Amino acid sequence: MILWLRDSLASMRTSLETLGAVTLFFVQIATRLPRVLVTRRRLVIAQVYNAGTVSLMLIMVSGFFVGMVLGLQGFDSLSRFNAEDSLGALSALSLFKELGPVVTALLFAGRAGTAIASEIGLMRATDQLSAMEVMAVDPLERIVLPRFLGGVISMPLLVAIFNAVGITGTYIIGVSVMGVDSGVFWSQLLANVDLDDVTEGIFKSLVFGIAASLLAVFEGYTCTPTAEGVGRATTRAVVATAGSVLLLDYLITSALI
Amino acid sequence: MADSSEDHIVEVEQLQFSRGERVVFDDLSVKIRRGDVTAIMGPSGTGKTTLLRLITGQLAPAKGTIKVNGRLMHELSRRDLYAMRREIGMLFQQSALFTDYDVFENVAFPLREHTDLPERLIRNVVLTKLHAVGLRGAARLMPNALSGGMARRVALARAIVLDPKLLLYDEPFAGLDPISMGVVVRLIRSLNDALDITSVVISHDVQETATVADHSYLIADGRVVASGSPQQLRAQDSGLVRQFMHGLADGPVPFHYPAPDYREQLLSRDEM
Repeated sequence: MILWLRDSLASMRTSLETLGAVTLFFVQIATRLPRVLVTRRRLVIAQVYNAGTVSLMLIMVSGFFVGMVLGLQGFDSLSRFNAEDSLGALSALSLFKELGPVVTALLFAGRAGTAIASEIGLMRATDQLSAMEVMAVDPLERIVLPRFLGGVISMPLLVAIFNAVGITGTYIIGVSVMGVDSGVFWSQLLANVDLDDVTEGIFKSLVFGIAASLLAVFEGYTCTPTAEGVGRATTRAVVATAGSVLLLDYLITSALI
Repeated sequence: MADSSEDHIVEVEQLQFSRGERVVFDDLSVKIRRGDVTAIMGPSGTGKTTLLRLITGQLAPAKGTIKVNGRLMHELSRRDLYAMRREIGMLFQQSALFTDYDVFENVAFPLREHTDLPERLIRNVVLTKLHAVGLRGAARLMPNALSGGMARRVALARAIVLDPKLLLYDEPFAGLDPISMGVVVRLIRSLNDALDITSVVISHDVQETATVADHSYLIADGRVVASGSPQQLRAQDSGLVRQFMHGLADGPVPFHYPAPDYREQLLSRDEM
């Protein structure tokens, strides 16, 4: 019991220290943000491509399947209450408010987050970041911030695409397979989805984008400069993002409802 | 006549630095004369690379001072520190080439970051520097296509592309075949003289360093244990200097890392 308590306290202390380090790191990059937006625009655009465009296929395929499953499960559940006409509204609300931002953030962490963490970690392990510092080039401005911003900008765009493809998936299952009327599907969707529902999703996607990108660059930048250290950093980037996204999702939802 | 402060580009005075509980430097003082090739030698793990990181301001001393061009490195603002670093070139032990860029772009990197030179001029400067290290023909190769010696030379071209006043070499001979080693030795001397710069070579390769250095420091146990020309160091009677300069396996730096009694440890049932 005492051992368990001691381990728990040690683990809690480590978590708090990490949280403090992440916060300090965020402050460090936030102070450089305006300068980077002016002087490093090309790098930011390149990283939007790296983080966003290369994740596109994964996001679209996943969104389509999530939408189709939503169509099947939604139809099955709604038909128990003779409410299958609401399938369009149900799928749109589920995707806009929850599934879109959360699933996209988790996929982003697995696809782009790992790539960012391992790339920066490898640069750390092979002295490339130190070389930049000695060349009077700030690695936070040249390497870290463009990747961070690339992720933050990409996330809402990826979520929008995920939602659009997801609704298409639900439509195909609901209308073409299950026989829901196409007009009813769209009219129910339009009648029940407010602007607030859409902005809630956009807000969440921005917050998740900041969290996922910050954790990826932080883990890469602060990793132990060894092969094992880079591997650990990559794993930690995914695990920490998954936990943070789900926690933040709960906090934002409880604040907005 | 005593050297004046202006004769030295780097002045390290009574430096103290620790990593955790381990004392790396304790009262270390080193002066690097302008225009010289100065070697800083010492057994592995004596903090030679750490000293370079202290000189470039990547680390701050616990006590003592480090001056480069008469300015205290650890008291400079970030802007001034970066301005100072533009006058310093550094060759890393692992070369530290940017793996996503080819040789040309690696060498062009500092120029693109710090100057607004037209593309044509950048091209010519980069080709000039690559020619100086004998790799003009390798401009479009990627770093993973280079041998260790070639990578070291590309990194050297990159280190001199902004025409620094001070060039720092971290173990420039480590892991090189004899031909590459000879090339690097020649480059260190010829670049130092041709570009009128000051070079600091961190190394534990006694033979190669002796052929290129004007002045050498031998550091051990966190301080300078001997200094002078390579010939003067070789002639010293001190046990540690003799062991290092003549490559003796045992001596003041013991062959065995400190450990409990051999017999007792083998017979004991304790975990490691």
